[in-house]
Amino acid sequence: MATTPNAATPADLPANPPSSLRRWMGADEIAHVVTLIAAATLLLIAVLLVYQLWVLSGEARSKFGWTFFLTKTWDPVAGDFGALPFIYGTLVTSLVSLLIAVPLGVGGAIFLAELAPPKLSSSLTFVSDLLAAVPSVIYGLLGVFLLVPLMRTTFQPALKKTLGFLPLFQGPAYGIGFLTAGMVLAVMVVPFVLSVSREVLLAVPRDQREAALALGATKWESTWRVVVPAARIGIFGSVFLALARALGETMAVTMVIGNNPKISASLFSPGYSIAAVLANEFSEATGNLYLSALIELGLVLFLLTFVLNGLARLLIVVTTKRGSGVLPT
Amino acid sequence: MRIVKVVSLLAVLLAIASLTIAAEGQVLLNAAGATFPYPIYSKWFDIYHQSHSNVQINYQSIGSGGGIRQLLDKTVDFGASDGPMSDDQLKQATVPILHFPTVLGAAIPSYNVSGVQGDLNFTPEALAGIFLGKVTKWNDPAIASVNVGVKLPSDDIVVVHRSDGSGTSYIWTDYLSKVSSEWQQKVGKGTSVNWPVGLGGKGNEGVSALIQQTPGSLGYVELIYAIQNHLPYGKVKNSSGAFVKADLASVSAAAAAFSKFMPDDFRVSITNPEGNKDAYPISSFTWLLIPSKFTDTAKRDVVKDFLKWMMTDGQQYTEALSYAKLPKEVVSKEMKAIAQIQ
Repeated sequence: MATTPNAATPADLPANPPSSLRRWMGADEIAHVVTLIAAATLLLIAVLLVYQLWVLSGEARSKFGWTFFLTKTWDPVAGDFGALPFIYGTLVTSLVSLLIAVPLGVGGAIFLAELAPPKLSSSLTFVSDLLAAVPSVIYGLLGVFLLVPLMRTTFQPALKKTLGFLPLFQGPAYGIGFLTAGMVLAVMVVPFVLSVSREVLLAVPRDQREAALALGATKWESTWRVVVPAARIGIFGSVFLALARALGETMAVTMVIGNNPKISASLFSPGYSIAAVLANEFSEATGNLYLSALIELGLVLFLLTFVLNGLARLLIVVTTKRGSGVLPT
Repeated sequence: MRIVKVVSLLAVLLAIASLTIAAEGQVLLNAAGATFPYPIYSKWFDIYHQSHSNVQINYQSIGSGGGIRQLLDKTVDFGASDGPMSDDQLKQATVPILHFPTVLGAAIPSYNVSGVQGDLNFTPEALAGIFLGKVTKWNDPAIASVNVGVKLPSDDIVVVHRSDGSGTSYIWTDYLSKVSSEWQQKVGKGTSVNWPVGLGGKGNEGVSALIQQTPGSLGYVELIYAIQNHLPYGKVKNSSGAFVKADLASVSAAAAAFSKFMPDDFRVSITNPEGNKDAYPISSFTWLLIPSKFTDTAKRDVVKDFLKWMMTDGQQYTEALSYAKLPKEVVSKEMKAIAQIQ
């Protein structure tokens, strides 16, 4: 719609409502309101979520108090509930998955962004994005039917033979357990690390690479000492995205973790995660206390995610300060 | 053009009006609950709808616990559960809730033992010992003594149980509680329990996948799932001393053995029945949970008519879906109980 120059005069305003409306409420204001609503909605959802979890878990909170975090029993029949084995299982599986996924994902991203020919880079990125879109139940099924037998017959005996002196790799090899769950999770979160890391590496200005090369750095030196440190914050961000996904993953984990609320130093032994026990027991939970304890577990998972995210931000702040302005030598 | 528009608008309005008029005789019932009987319930509701086109019953198979909760919250017209409601739960209801057994289910021991073909025999003591973690080897005398002639390996037994809350776990633990006082004290019965040993698989498919993949494993699976997937499973010794393999007949026999002692509210566990050597000991009813008072008389009449139809004509569809039928004595007792719905 073309506005005439004289539309701006006050006399014309009533006669020309569309343009006056535009004047009165410009695109800036509209954008401001719309984006504010979007942001406020997100905040509102988060607040409502915590509020509901808090209210509905009231019975379990008042009965168990802080001991909920320290008790190892989970006995629906006796009405005795503790979150410790589930917190442990959630943390261990997420940690194992990150230990595998971060080197793979960041390494892959460096190759795709810096070293690979562009054609190969874009097609491999496409494949990685496809992996991120596979439903988690598919990963769970592949875990049960491919990875579990392989773990039991090959990987776990081999680990026992070579690293069996560590308590991490002892005990009977069932094929399922913390290690297998962590490995399935790793496959699921690698695409997140890879995609995001590659984008931030590509976003590092060309000047920086060229400056490093001009100073006599090799290709690898420029990548490792200039580009990667510059993209550090974005890479951290990709890792936290992966961690969030790993913490909350339900279906794939419950299929391979063994679903046994035990705390064991061995990665071979079966365990349980918060998201998995919620998915397993929520639909058949009959008693009020039982239901309330499950909801409190949901609250614990929320809290855990919150704390880990906070720590992650702190880590970024600390490392950024230390590294700012000075390139690592 | 304008006239055409007005006429077409009128036609649409008329169509909507006639639809709402036609819908006035419609009765829409919402129900929710157990997943185990879902195939037969959806078949029943579908066939009943074919002969009573004004009746539509929506059933959400969200699990027994969810069904009971929704019934107590009055978000559904009736519920369904694999375990009877507890006294506490019944007290929470604003109108008394009636239990109506519909079909029977059973849990069977399935296993994967190297070198063993054919059916293994299990005593109640052996099953309780294995699930308590006391019987740990396949060649333990508790198993070997009732499987003479079978060469049992010295492998460790890997126990597999359901990880999701389920009616099948309820039947299994209810049975173990009856045959082992130690189990009753340490673990008890429920849709989810604190298992002393073992690995958890999600759903019947999760448990059977674990059993198939893990040499030396033993777990329990719903009978229908085992029949439909041709899983090998063992015989269990009943209280008359006979080793019985679960099938539709031996499960119905267990219900018949209990029909003499059937309480008026039908809340009865039929595991480990006495006095019938053909009865399979690890089976259970599954129930519809019906409020005894409906404020909507049209809904009340439909529910009563449906229950009658289910007990009579509806029974012919059960065995095609591998559900064990209710014994005649139970059906006639239920027909009388329908009158309690007001």
